[in-house]
Amino acid sequence: MFEPKIVCFYCKWCTYSGADLAGTSRMKYLPNGVVIKTMCSSRIDPQHVLDAFAKGADGVLIGGCHYGDCHYVTGNHQTYRRVEMLKKMLPSFGIDPARFRLEWISAAEAGKLVHVINEFTEQIRALGSGIPIAR
Amino acid sequence: MPDKPKIAMYWAASCGGCEISLANLHANILAVDAAFQLVFCPCLVDGKKRDVEALKDGELLITFFNGAIRTDENQEMAHLLRKKSKILIAYGSCAYEGCIPGLSNFHSKQDHFKAIYLDNPSIENPQKIVPQTETKVPEGTLTIPAFHDRVRTLAQTVDVDYFLPGCPPESFKVWEVIDSVIQGKALPPKGTIIGAGKCTVCDECEKKKEDKKIKRLYRTHEIVPDREKCLLEQGILCMGPATRDGCKAQCPNNADMPCTGCYGPPSGVRDQGAKMIAALGTALDLGDVSTLSEEQVAARVEEVIKAIPDYAGMLYKYSLPGSILGGKR
Ligand code: FES
Repeated sequence: MFEPKIVCFYCKWCTYSGADLAGTSRMKYLPNGVVIKTMCSSRIDPQHVLDAFAKGADGVLIGGCHYGDCHYVTGNHQTYRRVEMLKKMLPSFGIDPARFRLEWISAAEAGKLVHVINEFTEQIRALGSGIPIAR
Repeated sequence: MPDKPKIAMYWAASCGGCEISLANLHANILAVDAAFQLVFCPCLVDGKKRDVEALKDGELLITFFNGAIRTDENQEMAHLLRKKSKILIAYGSCAYEGCIPGLSNFHSKQDHFKAIYLDNPSIENPQKIVPQTETKVPEGTLTIPAFHDRVRTLAQTVDVDYFLPGCPPESFKVWEVIDSVIQGKALPPKGTIIGAGKCTVCDECEKKKEDKKIKRLYRTHEIVPDREKCLLEQGILCMGPATRDGCKAQCPNNADMPCTGCYGPPSGVRDQGAKMIAALGTALDLGDVSTLSEEQVAARVEEVIKAIPDYAGMLYKYSLPGSILGGKR
């Protein structure tokens, strides 16, 4: 079975803590995500997302705080706009925007984190490894 | 006459604008002629490939190579001139980062041949003939250079010493570079981007800048801008924040036109398009959204960002082959 590689950027204050909670609660979920912790979802430069795809990621997940909860007040709003613009651009590069996902997951939502990872992994598994390395 | 150092300029996939930018040195072109011997430049002087082949390796002091690498011929000339030159400069945006010819990387070679030779409404090609590298005719075999699957930059093809950005490079910057060689100044470290600044076009732009709070985006034909104010703040998609300076911001300063990004990404940035998205994400202002639901925020964002019909084409107008993804995968 195809095991997709998913690069997960989690904001330290919410999603990363949610992942911590999932771990300490011994919740089981698919192991396809490789997590990178950032201080805020808005710290994720669109270059990081493109770089992940260019280096062979089959999917990219960004996890941030819910609206109103961002530690830096408006960071997650900026993230949302960037993600939407990137999604409009990715098809030109032959990348299905379904491979790129943004979720707001709080420090208490370990269950949501598990659900998102499982669901996203299955979705990408269905899409297959679709991004040949060019050049 | 004592032997002057030899220089060359060659065009690969390019438009000829780079040669114009050299000719645009005006009277200083005489100083170039006094200091160097221009032995090869198909656009401006008569010299043949065999003349270059006859040179010793490294005999050319400098080659200004403009144009992207689209065909076997471009590639062959890049290798030849690399061998014959002490200093190889990727001159202009095409050689540096792919530029307009590089936009072709959003499509495959097959797509191009189909669109150009088969589907084009003004073409009649019932036998469905597309270019072949070899064609047999009664007199013998005709050959043309192969068309590559992708456009590459010069540095993706051969080792490059310096990069001189611009579409085309501004002549006063070209002169600064050539003059420093004539003066015998020490060369910068290999790989340096020369004839340009390190910061962004905004740094050289004289328009009045305040906090960027963009309420809606306009395409250039949809609005007459206020001449005094930052164009981006007025909602015109100006690539200034994601573009290297050095050009004196002539498009916004002199023509009230937005920067379209021809000097490529500023120092420290790898991908110009991604960086512009980062900047726009910050600069858009949707007003007070604290009372809105997630769906309402999404609708408001969509309302603003849908004004740009082709993000990729707009943000990578000059930099696609040299960008992180390089083109359609
Ligand atoms: S701190 Fe979590 S999204 Fe900004």
